Order: sequence, then structure tokens, then C-alpha cells
Amino acid sequence: MSSAIGQRQPKLDAPDKATGRTVYGHDVRLPGMLHGQSLYSRYPHARILNVDISRALKLPGVKAIITAADNPPTKFGYGKDNTPLKGDVVRSLRDEVAAVAAIDPDIAAEALELIEVEYEPLEALFDAAAALKDGAPLIHAERGTNRFSHFNYTHGDLEQGERDSDVIAEADYELPYVAHAALETSVVIASFDHRGHLTLYSTTQIPFLLQRDLSEALGLEGSDVRIIQTAIGGAFGRGLDIYPFEPIAALLARKAGQPVRLSFSRHEEFLAAPVRQPVKAHIRAGATRDGQITFRDVYALLDIGAYVSWGSVTPLVMMETTASLYRVPHVRFTADCVYTNNPITGAVRGYGNPQSTFWVETTMDRLAEALQLDPIDFRLRNANRPNEETPQGLKITSCGLKECLEAVAARADVEVGSWKMEVGKRVASKSPVSNLQSPTSNLKRGIGFASTLNVGGGARIYRSDGCGATVKIDDFGHVSLITGSTEIGQGSETVLAQIVAEVLGVKIEDINVLNSDTDVKPWDVGVHASRTTFIAGNAAQLAALDARQQVFETASQMLGVAPDQFAMRGGDVVTLSGDKSIELGKVARARHFRAGGQIISGEGFYDPPTQLVDKDSYKGNISAAYGFGAQMAEVEVDTETGHVRVLRLVCANDVGRAINPMAVEGQMEGGAQMGLGYALTEELIVKEGRVLNPDFHDYRLFTSADMPKLETIIVETDDPQGPFGAKGVGEMGGTPTAAAIANAIYDAIGVRLTTVPMTPERVLRALIEKEDCDTC
Amino acid sequence: MAKFHLTLTVNDETHELLIDPRRTLLNVLRNDLNLRGVHRGCDSGECGACTVLVNGSPISSCMRLAADCDGADVLTVEGVAANGELHPVQRALVDHGGIQCGFCTPGMIMASIALLKENPRPTEDEVRFSLAGNLCRCTGYKKIVEAVLSVAEAVKP
Repeated sequence: MSSAIGQRQPKLDAPDKATGRTVYGHDVRLPGMLHGQSLYSRYPHARILNVDISRALKLPGVKAIITAADNPPTKFGYGKDNTPLKGDVVRSLRDEVAAVAAIDPDIAAEALELIEVEYEPLEALFDAAAALKDGAPLIHAERGTNRFSHFNYTHGDLEQGERDSDVIAEADYELPYVAHAALETSVVIASFDHRGHLTLYSTTQIPFLLQRDLSEALGLEGSDVRIIQTAIGGAFGRGLDIYPFEPIAALLARKAGQPVRLSFSRHEEFLAAPVRQPVKAHIRAGATRDGQITFRDVYALLDIGAYVSWGSVTPLVMMETTASLYRVPHVRFTADCVYTNNPITGAVRGYGNPQSTFWVETTMDRLAEALQLDPIDFRLRNANRPNEETPQGLKITSCGLKECLEAVAARADVEVGSWKMEVGKRVASKSPVSNLQSPTSNLKRGIGFASTLNVGGGARIYRSDGCGATVKIDDFGHVSLITGSTEIGQGSETVLAQIVAEVLGVKIEDINVLNSDTDVKPWDVGVHASRTTFIAGNAAQLAALDARQQVFETASQMLGVAPDQFAMRGGDVVTLSGDKSIELGKVARARHFRAGGQIISGEGFYDPPTQLVDKDSYKGNISAAYGFGAQMAEVEVDTETGHVRVLRLVCANDVGRAINPMAVEGQMEGGAQMGLGYALTEELIVKEGRVLNPDFHDYRLFTSADMPKLETIIVETDDPQGPFGAKGVGEMGGTPTAAAIANAIYDAIGVRLTTVPMTPERVLRALIEKEDCDTC
Repeated sequence: MAKFHLTLTVNDETHELLIDPRRTLLNVLRNDLNLRGVHRGCDSGECGACTVLVNGSPISSCMRLAADCDGADVLTVEGVAANGELHPVQRALVDHGGIQCGFCTPGMIMASIALLKENPRPTEDEVRFSLAGNLCRCTGYKKIVEAVLSVAEAVKP
């Protein structure tokens, strides 16, 4: 039987998804289920003087209305600064003031219009820098400051780095709000049983943390809350925290005495779901004449909006890219996370890394240009290597950065060391799309590169980075893997089944994966940080090995052969000598159909050997493995319109080992779609706290027709701690894309963009500024 | 409001319904006929997740009043597989890895089936253009396009 590892295994859940059988949150219908809707604030910052629900209560079909008077006393959220409904002050236009449960959505909407709220507008803050000024109004008065957190990291000696530098590059960056834009909008269904226990059907990515956070927010015991994850129609970090709609659904259900579903419209999704925090950053970096990086100094100012979530920890990731992508002897990274009256922000795929990779990797090109060095050669000279510890304390084990860079360079037909950026003169590489063009044409072509470093072996940002698993074998030789981790579309279910299939020598069709119910599955910190294949994979492997040992013990008693003389293959237990074989189900039956019988149930719990970063120095090895990647973008820029067309995007990622190459490519290609959008089209436009483009018409995702030719290259480095050598890849697909495209735009037309998306207007403005400058 | 008497043939089964005339086809398919494979992604015809075929043509069912489909023949993703076998487009999407979270999948399938019916051997550009009204946030579209092209390849010229 061939190995299950390395197979292009179609996803186990795909046939049901292809036939409309899969049950998403929006598809759940419970008996007596009501429809909930929230009333949002009319002002970004205001005192609430009065909320009158009397008219709404009289509307036939309305079953419950809640206001801040129904809030439990405990605040919730990462910063314990949020309440389900707002009673005294609203701090954002997305703040819920009241919520209604009614027998249908139209009645709920009508009831919202009958609720009368009196506000007294307060001075609002829409700019993070303004919010830090002395005397600025306080968003959360009890905190005494609008600065939620400050990060201050250093290694080496920055002054020494400056002295060692022959060239310096410096720039300001401004990066926007970005939405997850999962195709399924947020949805939650809350239902209480007769004991007062809550079952929450949810699209969360953190079922166990939500169980705890939600029970605290509602004043329940953790054991009174059960989270059932429905099929999840895209997550991308949206479900990484508790948000007000979850306790609101529960409070409505409790008050109405009936289950309540609260589902977002697309409009609401853009307004009220957490988004990527906008950031302004300044970077200064240097290098020596022989192409060694000397230092990096970065300050980042993040607008986290009116309440904090886990998204406020993204500076830790920005810090990692700044301090540890390439060998950098002297680094300072400082950051502030600041409250404003803007939309709330959260975690979005990459978690700070697309932002920091943009400033680090475009600055690498500035340095290469100043040194007149081939930008790939410059990167290779400074590349991270296997088995080295960075000054930040990252213990890099496997590392394929060099291989990734060389692989994308080869696809560009660029010989390392021989290539020099020749602005606006690139008429051809040997690639098929780079046909010769006339030098007088307004279409200019260019190529650009960028690398990425991302955690690939978990990320300890919480005291545990663990995941549990149970492998059960039934009387028919059928295997159930019960895992703490969650399928969010990425294919974890299938990859974990492949791992178990490999250990137990059974067909993948004989494995069922259960992963959606906190009452059934063992603990897991959540599906994030590209951690599931590595962490849940190790846990599944341990559980399968435990189950296999139980099988061998029973087979040993049945056949009189020592337990270590067995293997599992083709659904059978066979002796190593090959002369005896029993069907797996028979072993399972024999184990329990006897006095003192037992079942086959293997357990595994894996928590990687990593550390929380030190709270003062921010140093420490937060991941058991690190993923690397590089991308090459080839662009065509129209100098008359400023339009940038990406012709080709070549993506290479070091994934340790691809357990399912098709799924790995899927992560890389899907990440690229998000990276392309970040680079060129996606921006949630927020003016005075208000989202101006809350729909897909004005918030533009890349469509199938917009996509460039995508090429993926999987680099395998066989990580020593990964399950069968695998590392994570979930976030890396899109982290270097914007930087590679910005570098390609410079190669094409000689302007460096320091903001995204690089829209035609921005490209054209930059071109005009350059021309003005050239003639001045 | 006076109810509308709607006759709708969906996946070869004819239904008679009394509906509020303001309701969309999407709403009636999902809530009255329990066809929840028809997904609601945006309510404004921008994402394509609710694509169904009405008299053979792909439409966004969120943008069509059910009453406007009186007497029409509707095909949804639930009616595509025949005799327990996946439709070639469904099979290809499964086998090529064109499905991740799966929320866009039913709409993608219906748009692809409509394309292949009209143009059995489309070029890659034609596939990309035809599916441009169906957003996907997971796959980067590459494997979806490859899947549809593989079905086209299998059609004898």
C-alpha cells in the first residue's frame, strides 16, 4: 500500500460541499428559532441619554428586546473593555445599542426602526496620532490614556549598526483597513436547554477560548457553555476572539426563552466584523558595501479602534519580521496600539506579517539599489540558514529560504548576481508573457521579488499552544479521529486523516474526523497562526501511535507473537515476518468481547517545546518551526492610466514536507489572491469612523478574470519536529505579495509606493511627483 | 399584502406556493423548499454564491423576485448529480482541489455548467471571464479553472 503522506488527496468534505449537503451556520434551523438583529450607534462617539423600546415591544412578532440594562456585569474581550450592548457611551458606529429577537427577519428590522435612542455627540478621534496627544478625549475614561499597549524591542546596538552602514534607506509607510471578506458572513445561533445550559452554533476559530470567554461574559460556568462549530464558509482570522454579537445572541435567547439566530448581512459584515488595523510605520535600515544588512529600526502606530481584540498583539509578528527576516545584527522595533472611534480591528490572515513584510522587503530593494546589487543576491547574502538561532531567540531548525529565492529567480530566468534593476528598460525576461515591447510604449514591464518568514510550528501567544486528539477504532476496523482543531476550509480534516491513515495503515476513506463540538473534542487553543498541520498533526500522530500500540498488544495475545513484531497495513494487522494477519476489526472486537475488556482508544496531546516571549525583552522561541517563502511578481504598468496588471506571480514556500501537495498549493494560491488584493485593490475606506464601501462592488476582491498566471513551487526541508516533517503554510501565501509587486512596479517605472492598495490613482500620482522631481 | 400563487419547477419537481410577492427566489429556495445549497453571500448580485439556472440561464437568485420566475424551470446544485453520481463539474472540482470552505462552490458549479452547455470547449480566458461573477476567497481560482477546463477537455471536439 502506498504511503498516505505526500498524496494529492481530495478533501474529504468536498463531495458534500459540491452537492449542497454541507450545513453552514446560515443553514441551521432549530425548533422555535427566532431571528435576532442589532441596532447600531448613529454616532462614532456619543453619550446615550435614553433608549426607548416601548414602541418596538408592541410590534406583533417581537419576542425579546435587550439593552445595556440586560448586560451581565463582566466586561469581555482581549482588553476586557467591551460589553454586549452599550449603555452610557458609544465609541464606534458599529456599537450595538439594543437588539431584537422576532419571529422573522423583517419584523426584527421593523422593530429596530421603532427603537428611539437619544444621543449627545462627543468629540471623536479618528486618527491614532491625535489620540496619543495630551488632552485628547479619552475613549475609555477609566484607562486614563488612549494608548492600549506599547512594544519596545531591541537587539544589538543600533548606533553601531548606523556606524557600520555604507548605505541607508528610510521611508514612511501607511497601510489600510482590510476585511476578511469570507464568502459566508458571520452567524451565530444560541440555544438554552431546560438546565440553563447554552449551546452556541458558531463559526469561531477558537471554540475552547470562546467557551471560557462567553461563559465569563454571560456569568455562566464554563461547563454550562457548549460550542458547536458549523461548517465554516471562510474564516481568515475573523473568528479569533469573542465579539459582541455572540453574547447578544445568547442574551436574546435567554430573554425570549427560544433559540435565536443572529446573522450578518454583507453590509453589516463590512461594518461590524473586525478588520485589519491600519498602521503607519517608519523604517530606517542600513547595509555595508559588501551587501551585509547592518540594522533595522521601525516604529509602527496601529489604530485598533474602539475596543481591543487579539488583533492588538499583531506587533509581535511585525517585530518578528523586522527583527528576524534575514540576519540583522542590530534591531529596534517600537509600536503603539491606540484606541480611536474607528471600527474595531482584529486578526486577519498573516496577523501583522503582510504589513511588516511590505516595509521590510521594499526597503531591502532600496538598499540593494543603493548598493547596486542584484536584489536576489543581496537577499541570499543575508538569508536565514538552517539550525541557527536569531538574536530574537527564534530557533530556526529547517530553513529553505535560500531554495525558495533561487527557485523563483530561476522561473524569472534571472541569473543570481547578474541582474541589475534597470528602471523602465525591462523589455523581456525569457518568460512567455514578457514579450518585447517598444521602448516608447506606455506599457512598462518589471519584475520584483520578496521573501517571507512566518511561524510554522505553532505560535505561543497564549500560555498553551496545545491540541488534543483521540483515535478510536471500532468493531469494523473503522477509525474515528476526534481532534481539538477545526476545519475552516483549509483542509486540516483531510491532512490529519492522512497522518492517521499513515500510522494505522488504513485507507483514508475508513477514517472519520470529528472536530466540531466542545463537548466531544479535546482542548485546542484554536485554528490560527498556520499551526494546525504542525500542532494538531503531531497530536493526531501521537494518538494514532497510542491506538496502534493497543492493537499490537491485543494481536499479540491473539497470535502469541511479541507486540513489537507487528505492522498495520491495508486494514489488517500483520506480523513482520509476514506469515500471520488479522483483520483490524477482529482485533478491536477481541479486545472488548472478553472479561475485563477494553476499547481501542488512543490519546495524544501535543504542546510544542516553545516559550511565550519575555514580557520585557520580547525575546523567546515562540514557534517550534519557521516557514519561509519567496515570490516573484511580473507586472505591466500603464504609465498613462497608472493601472498595474500582474502578469505572473511565482510563489515558493518551504513547508517542511507537503503531506497533501494539492492542499498546500491551495493555501499558496488562495493566500496569493488575498495578497494581490492587498497589493492592488482591497481597502476598506473609513472616513470619520464610517465605512464608505461596505459591499463587494466597492470593496474589490480579485476575480478569476483578474488573476495573473499563478505558479507554485513547494520546497521541502523535512522539519525535525513536524509530523512527517511538515510545517505550516496557511498564512505565507499572501505575506510577501504586495512587496514583490511594489518592487516590480519600481523596476517598471521607477517609483516606490509606500502604501497599498497600489491603485491607478496612487501610481499615477507617484509618477507625476517623480516627473516633477526629475525636471526640478 | 396579497399572496402570490407561484408555480415553480425546481430540480424536476413542481411546487405550488403562496408567497409574499416581495420575496426573492433565493429566499423561497432556501426557506420554503429547504434547498440550502443555494448560498446567500451578499444579497446584491455581487458574489455569485446564490447562482442557479432559471430556464437554463445562470442568474443571481438574490436579485430575482420569486414571482418573476412563475412557471419557470429552476436548477440548483442539489439537482445536478444524477443517479448518485457527481456531475462531471462537481467531480472535477473535488478531484482538482477546487473546493476549500465550499461556500462559493454551488454557485461556481452552476455558473460552470451554464458555461459548458453554451460553450463545451472554452479557452482558459473564457472560463475565467465566465466565472468572474463568482467570488472565491479561498482558492485563488486556479484549481477551479483547471477543474472546469478538465471537464471541457473530456468533451470530444
